Amino acid sequence: MLKLVGYPDRYSVAPGEPIAFQISLEEGDRFDARVVRVVNGDFNPDGPGLDLPHYPSAVDGTYAGTPKRADAGSYLTVSDFPSLAEHAAFTFRATIWPTLLKRAGQTLFAQWEAATRSGVMLLVDDTGLTLVLGDGAGKIARETLPLPLLERKWYDVTVAVDRAQGRFRLGVEALRKDFGVADSGCREGALPLPLGAATGLMLAGAPEPGGTVGAHFNGKIEAPTFMDGDRIIAAWNFSEGIRSVQVTDTGPSHRHGRLVNLPARGMKGAHWTGEYHSWQAAPAQYGAVHFHEDDLYDAGWAADVVWSVPEDTKSGAYALHLTCGETDAEAMREVYIPFFIRPPRAASARTNCPKVAFLAPTCSYIAYANHGEHITVRGVERIMGRLLHFGHQDVYLYDHPELCHSLYDKHADGSGVCYSSRLRPNINCAPRYHSWLGGDGSSLYQYNADTHLFGWLAHHDIDYDIITDEDLHRDGYELLKDYRVILTGSHPEYHSTPMWDAMKTWLDRGGRLMYMGGNGWYWRIAFHDELPGVIEVRRAEDGIRSWEAEPGEYYHSFTGEYGGLWRRCGRPPNMMAGIGFVAQGFDVSSYYRRAPDADNPRAAFIFEGVEEEIIGDFGLIGGGAAGIELDCINPLLGSPPNILRLASSEDHSPLMLLVNEEFTATLPNLGGDQNERVRADLTFAETPAGGAIFSTGSIAWIGALPCQGYENNISRITLNTLRRFMDARPFV
Amino acid sequence: MRYRIDPETDRPFIDEFRKNPVGNHSPGLMRVLNAMRYQPDGPQIVLFCRKPFAEWQIAHMPADRRDPLIFEDSPIFTDRNEAEWEVFRRRWEAATGERLNLPLKESE
Repeated sequence: MLKLVGYPDRYSVAPGEPIAFQISLEEGDRFDARVVRVVNGDFNPDGPGLDLPHYPSAVDGTYAGTPKRADAGSYLTVSDFPSLAEHAAFTFRATIWPTLLKRAGQTLFAQWEAATRSGVMLLVDDTGLTLVLGDGAGKIARETLPLPLLERKWYDVTVAVDRAQGRFRLGVEALRKDFGVADSGCREGALPLPLGAATGLMLAGAPEPGGTVGAHFNGKIEAPTFMDGDRIIAAWNFSEGIRSVQVTDTGPSHRHGRLVNLPARGMKGAHWTGEYHSWQAAPAQYGAVHFHEDDLYDAGWAADVVWSVPEDTKSGAYALHLTCGETDAEAMREVYIPFFIRPPRAASARTNCPKVAFLAPTCSYIAYANHGEHITVRGVERIMGRLLHFGHQDVYLYDHPELCHSLYDKHADGSGVCYSSRLRPNINCAPRYHSWLGGDGSSLYQYNADTHLFGWLAHHDIDYDIITDEDLHRDGYELLKDYRVILTGSHPEYHSTPMWDAMKTWLDRGGRLMYMGGNGWYWRIAFHDELPGVIEVRRAEDGIRSWEAEPGEYYHSFTGEYGGLWRRCGRPPNMMAGIGFVAQGFDVSSYYRRAPDADNPRAAFIFEGVEEEIIGDFGLIGGGAAGIELDCINPLLGSPPNILRLASSEDHSPLMLLVNEEFTATLPNLGGDQNERVRADLTFAETPAGGAIFSTGSIAWIGALPCQGYENNISRITLNTLRRFMDARPFV
Repeated sequence: MRYRIDPETDRPFIDEFRKNPVGNHSPGLMRVLNAMRYQPDGPQIVLFCRKPFAEWQIAHMPADRRDPLIFEDSPIFTDRNEAEWEVFRRRWEAATGERLNLPLKESE
């Protein structure tokens, strides 16, 4: 299987800056590294073939390597919490909502020294509530309140330890009484051991030998409090500072804590009334944090390779190529870790930059990072229309769940994954990766699908820069303003508000947008105030989604913005690109048929040299240019009145299905074989400031560019458009 | 699920599948495949690609992700559609008790 994995500390680096790579070597003790350009990451024999030329650099060489592991699981840590053994008596109280009770020994709190097994822990699982005591001299005692709790039900839990009296009391009180369910009760007894000393405190996790943290709690915790009689030792209010990873102790000692690995904040608590849906409107009702054993923000590996990018390095797609021997059918001993070199940060240094830029959809790459629905969801073969495809990378992902999830996955407890970070190996974002989700044929999706465009641009000798979503989020309109043309990737699905605003401002001031894919500008995301490289989504209301946010949890914890579809925020994709998402299917692709607007003189430049009525009846992604996810015109959603429908796709398979936000009552004819609305529209429209929009409406479009040596009608249409878009002459 | 594969009425779809294992299928074949692809007990058959565009083998994904993948020793398929046909044959037999002793391609 895969013997090397790694990740960069950033996806976008400017000339003159360093970029670091963190590597886990699974076999042997040394690996070779070199920098390559990424021109084509697809080795489909029906296409042009892998094209990853060496880019000689100072980083090329041999390095020592070791295996590394991520320590997944979220928790709260309070480093300056004094020893509970110093108190004659203490009580811990919290309200909890457990979600995966079959996991044994989940920590509610731990003041524990792993090496000496000293301290105290409170655990919960399907046996009930357990108090663990360690005297630090080798003895451990467990006292259990054998009371089976129910998952996704709120409970007050209490443990009182009275060292002076030598007694303990464990209590559970269900906040809702259910007939026939005995899930409230208490148990008292003599303290079986003296309490060993330990300092610091964790909630939802416990220190383990070797320095890791384990025994994670799955579920929500609200209002955890430690008391010594009537005196507050600490009382954390999770409804304060929801945008932060800092946690406030409202007690007199200010023992503030820090959340590690991003448990979900902005979560409704036990007393959510349904009257308010935003944590900003009623913070007291959002005092819960949802912890998961499979949360991960930063793998935290040490840097193995650092490259200081020379000042004169050209903007583009690059990768660090790592090898540790010969790849064969049993083991893959090479990996490519992609990154982008952006143009210089200083605007004054960008005066000679090209007029064309590719906007690398890095937010979408992060959203899909380690996408594992083929592993965790049953029945996916039905959607794909073929056996689920596992490559070496997928097997590695299966064997390493600690690398955690994409925004499409559910946690082990069934709750949706709303945060995804790039500070961990992103197994499916790489040249050579064949996605289980990609269309039949090359089976590329997201990053590697976009390399088809890099190959096409190189073939036609187009000079361009690459900027990334994160660059756009941070730099805004200023980053776009000097570009005449922006090319998107095949699936630019996720956009933050600053990204959306910057792109719309640029368009409104005369920019020329070439939307080279499908299902773009779909989900709203948020970036974190304090932590780099992590995004949040809330799968609110509707849309094609693999999980649903809980009612009342539709607002981003990172920003407070309403989450979900941009369409539900008054900004349908049609307002940006002229077209919007209408159907998806992952089996095979189809073709476009030329529409009457193709003969409109306004569009003559697009079809110059293209006489065929059928276009794109070929492609490396599903065998056609129209496939995977499709967009079409809809004036009701903001498609401009002057938009030209140049061509539309047809003859889609029954697995190309109308998306659920496009119907209200359930329809009997959702598939592309029976539904006339299932189609991609190829469109063009001028904008008032002299700019224009060209939209393909299909994720598979880019996959048709390389066919027949990059010389075909899809390629010709795209090139005609790009050359006219590069021309300074205004459209209106 | 209401629909159950009927070895008599569904017989024409065997040939449709053989001719085109992955593609735009008729409603009848879709119904058969949707029934076949439902594994209520949790395990899933998947296709492991040993060498891109060259070698595949059938593997089994357990119901519990914490259990390891199981790789079948043989055969190694050099045509992915052969693997699709092999799985179709197994599922047809499981649903009907009838063994399909046909190759994917007539010439073989």
